[in-house]
Amino acid sequence: MHIMEGFLPPAWCLFWLLVSAPFVIYGMYQLRILMREKREALPLLAVAGAFVFVLSSLKLPSVSGSCSHPTGTGLGAILFGPFITAILGLIVLLYQAIFLAHGGLTTLGANLFSMGIAGPLLAYAIYRGGQKVGLNTYLTVFLAAALADLFTYVVTAAQLALAFPAEVGGFVTSFVAFAAVYAVTQVPLAIIEGAVIALTFKYIIDVRAEILVKLGVLSDGVAARLQRVQA
Amino acid sequence: MKYTLELVVLAVLLIFAGAFVLVQNTGEHEWSGTDDQAGDVINEMTGTEYEPWADPLYEPPSGEIESLFFCLQSAIGALVIGFFFGYYYRGRRINT
Repeated sequence: MHIMEGFLPPAWCLFWLLVSAPFVIYGMYQLRILMREKREALPLLAVAGAFVFVLSSLKLPSVSGSCSHPTGTGLGAILFGPFITAILGLIVLLYQAIFLAHGGLTTLGANLFSMGIAGPLLAYAIYRGGQKVGLNTYLTVFLAAALADLFTYVVTAAQLALAFPAEVGGFVTSFVAFAAVYAVTQVPLAIIEGAVIALTFKYIIDVRAEILVKLGVLSDGVAARLQRVQA
Repeated sequence: MKYTLELVVLAVLLIFAGAFVLVQNTGEHEWSGTDDQAGDVINEMTGTEYEPWADPLYEPPSGEIESLFFCLQSAIGALVIGFFFGYYYRGRRINT
């Protein structure tokens, strides 16, 4: 889950805000182009945003005896890239910080970096890499979404470890302790998230494969083959 | 097979649910959020009691009201997903 309000020293809050800001600004630029030139993809953008809404509202119990929630950012990253996904993440984080006291406005920059930027960047890289080497499309989507979810919380642990290094052992000891809380809890949730998003991807191919081709997510040949298999 | 992926997802969910039941019945767990636990780790790592320097602008006054906002969040999301998939499926026969 996100870093709570007031739980990062002010200097780190400012630092992560400055790191995250360029991604959001470039995302807005990309979004304007998308809205002008690929209007038929906007319903998909709404679906990708809605996925972040639904999945990040579900606090699930994990096998470690504690609870956390998935991120849902993998789908947006695969369809629209990491920059536009940063904006989707920002909307959700603002909602949760204002209405739910979950996350926070002072920690917004740090939380946006882990959930809206670092995770989606990894998802995008895995998806593109998997497509290039010809890995099964659904397996690639699964890996991209699941590892983005897990990586989000590895980054969260690193952010806390940087701000609160242990007295003995410094950053590394601290990182191991935070990762034990965040990342271990997240493993089963990440697997579920990956599976659900892979299934959603199948349905999107079912109904609108041509938009995926236009967005550059699938090549013509792959889209045609997947649709034939599913028909 | 047409529904292979659906079956895989179903299996993943069942394994997850099974593991939850197993863990719940073996030993005591708090099932608290990881963000609360991180607060404890901060105190443990720094050796001092960390005082948050900012408070949330608005805090839901009870657990019920908090869950209301969480439900609202998932309801909005589910509505949007359902609407647009319905829109995309429009004009196609369900059984084909």
